Amino acid sequence: MRRLTWALPLAFLGFFFVYPVVTIIGRGLWPGGNLDVSPVGDVLTDPGLRRILWFTIWQAAVSTVLTLVAALPAAFVMARLRFRGRTVVRALMTVPFVLPTVVVGSSFRALGFGTSITAILLAHVFFNYAVVVRAVGGLWSHLDPRQEDAARVLGATRLRAFTSITLPALRPAILAAASIVYLFSFTSFGVILILGGPSRATLETEIYRQTTQLLDLRLAAALSIMQLVAVIVLLVVTGRLQGRQAVAMTLAPAGEAARPVRERGDRVVLFAVLASAGALLGTPIAVLIVRSLDTQTGFGFGFYRALGTLRDDSVLFVAPAEAIGNSLLYATAATVIAVLVGGAAAFVVARSRHGGVLDTAVALPLGVSAVTIGFGFLIAFDPPIDLRSSWILVPIAHALVAIPFVVRIALPVIRSIDPRLREAAAVLGASPRSVWREVDLPVAARGLLVGGGFAFAISLGEFGATAFIARPDRPTLPVVVFRLLGQPGAQNFGAAMAASTILVVLTLAAVLGIERLRAGELGTF
Amino acid sequence: MLEVRGLTVRYGETLAVDGLDLTVGDHEVVCVLGPSGSGKTTLLRAIAGLEPIETGVVLRDGADLAGVPPHRRGLGLMFQEHALFPHRDVIGNVAFGLRMQRVARDRVERRAREVLALVGLAGFEHRSIRELSGGEQQRVALARALAPEPSLLMLDEPLSGLDRALRDDLAGELRQVFQRLGVAVLLVTHDHDEAFALGDRVAVVRAGRIEQIGTPVEMWRRPASEFVARFLGWNVTDALGARCAVRADALRLTPDGAFAGTVVERTFHRDHFLVRVALRGRDETLDVAIRDAEPPAPGDSVRLAVDADGLVPLAP
Repeated sequence: MRRLTWALPLAFLGFFFVYPVVTIIGRGLWPGGNLDVSPVGDVLTDPGLRRILWFTIWQAAVSTVLTLVAALPAAFVMARLRFRGRTVVRALMTVPFVLPTVVVGSSFRALGFGTSITAILLAHVFFNYAVVVRAVGGLWSHLDPRQEDAARVLGATRLRAFTSITLPALRPAILAAASIVYLFSFTSFGVILILGGPSRATLETEIYRQTTQLLDLRLAAALSIMQLVAVIVLLVVTGRLQGRQAVAMTLAPAGEAARPVRERGDRVVLFAVLASAGALLGTPIAVLIVRSLDTQTGFGFGFYRALGTLRDDSVLFVAPAEAIGNSLLYATAATVIAVLVGGAAAFVVARSRHGGVLDTAVALPLGVSAVTIGFGFLIAFDPPIDLRSSWILVPIAHALVAIPFVVRIALPVIRSIDPRLREAAAVLGASPRSVWREVDLPVAARGLLVGGGFAFAISLGEFGATAFIARPDRPTLPVVVFRLLGQPGAQNFGAAMAASTILVVLTLAAVLGIERLRAGELGTF
Repeated sequence: MLEVRGLTVRYGETLAVDGLDLTVGDHEVVCVLGPSGSGKTTLLRAIAGLEPIETGVVLRDGADLAGVPPHRRGLGLMFQEHALFPHRDVIGNVAFGLRMQRVARDRVERRAREVLALVGLAGFEHRSIRELSGGEQQRVALARALAPEPSLLMLDEPLSGLDRALRDDLAGELRQVFQRLGVAVLLVTHDHDEAFALGDRVAVVRAGRIEQIGTPVEMWRRPASEFVARFLGWNVTDALGARCAVRADALRLTPDGAFAGTVVERTFHRDHFLVRVALRGRDETLDVAIRDAEPPAPGDSVRLAVDADGLVPLAP
């Protein structure tokens, strides 16, 4: 049993992650069996590619700064103010983060931004808002407000108390959130593809263009290597920074730090945050839904009905409605794989002395971006290991992206299992196998279920890897949305809006299911 | 019958259990009494097979248990803080051991209900563990350990963490259950009231070794060492010429007492006062138990006499 729990995640990662990545590196640096770094050199010297690299770097930086500016006040409000509807607002603020990137893209297209740098930056803020609110607000709500009170009593002004007491304490969380936002923006794919237009490319979208349009796999591989190196450098740098920032703090239980809204200043901040969050996060989705219903012949479900038929001039091979079935099937398969592999990995991480290694290993696919996974699959599972004709490749790629989330969610639950429960079961006559079945599994089940819900939502919206490996006759919903948006005509646009809205509904259903489970029992053991 | 011979368990550098010998006969209740950190819990865990043994043997009815995994030892262990399964209801917890023995389903159900009734929890079958009070959880833990009819029942601090009145009630119930079932019991505790109330024999342990073992009466009459005497709340004094242990209720306040002193402290203990007296001309104090309605107050001068039956000379 123990050996199997080690073997399953390792074998899965080895075959579906390490092998494709090694194939990419081989394709980029050892074409024809000899070491040749010239493609990587070409990337660095070609003016067009250098522009792409530069754009990737700066748009991520600007996105990060804008997200912090927009979301830090919200983090304060969620952590420190008690007002009616706080839990609902918190849940609503999280919604954009779980929305598929193509939905975010099509929502901003629905707003009428067209393809522009403004749209890209706003979409990144929209998408990452929740990351900052959750990470910074989470720590903030645990900071003892009496420390600031103590500074005030000792003669500090309100501003001084904030900058000298609270801000330094929040620094690790702000840094962590900023590095995550930067990484997400750096590896952003669906948003850039939809809102960037042909003139604005990042490393990710360029890998896609070189692969699917120009068929230059060698250059794509070289770009992938650049991407890998950049991401690793990013992770190392932020890891270093955070390590240096980590300080021991006295933390208060969450919630105690929140105060009722009484002062004028609090009221102004609360209003400003709620209004701006509503405008930034609510408007795109609202407009998306409205435009999905706004047909040439008045409001109605015309665009939804149109999804059921394959038009003669369509860029698709099947009726868009079939994609709903595909997406649900893939999401189910991806969930099963992610829960099995991620669950086994979580048990290893929780119980084994060297489990930390696996913890890092399963997080790698998330870090190196879905596009790398998709591209790696494309070139690695070509003959002789031919898996490309099999539909299972898509859910496997989705599972790779989802596994780190499953591990993160299941781990605390598994760690919370009191070892004495296992001993009590053993003394009562339970064999090691029975202990596992009777104690570990039932207690861990809820964590795995919640993780599975996330895996389902992630799979529904996954686009970066899917764009490379989904077969034309078996598209997923995000692929359909992307294809429809790429075509001219009000009919295609309306259909894209309708398909996006369906994705929103499916994703929200999955997330609401998770929230119910979480609210029920999780964490009460 | 359970026999432990020369048992040693090591945690890194320290010996948690150090060459310990102990026998628990059929139908016998043995209480292991010692301060926290004296290796009591480790002893139970080692007997249950949850802790690796460095040297020594554990025999059940003469058969060596070395190499027998915990789930095949047929022993019952009631954990401190109970370790009840939170994802199962009351009867699910109690039935667990029977299910592991693959007892037929209807018999499992019947037996579990029977044991629950025995501990006074009939009607609690489908309650959630989280809804139970501390005393109810304690009874469920006892029922869970008893249900598979173990050849030896081990209890780790069964009454700790409960308030005083409840402890006294439950101690009485435990004694009744032990008598009715005639099961061999090994109970560890840091509370001598509990040990003396429940044990046929009491073993006082210190740093993984047994200091003294005997019936409560023997133990109470003649503590064998200074450690045992102090642990049982006796005075240890050199005022009588040699080192002696003196029980607090063997000291009397009387005008013609042999020792003069001053009261420095007075505390109330349910049915008596404990008066601490500083002996004149000596750098020591003695605790005196007083049942009078009018005990002396701090600052009062008193004289003390000693009853011979509460006096035990200690080996130097």
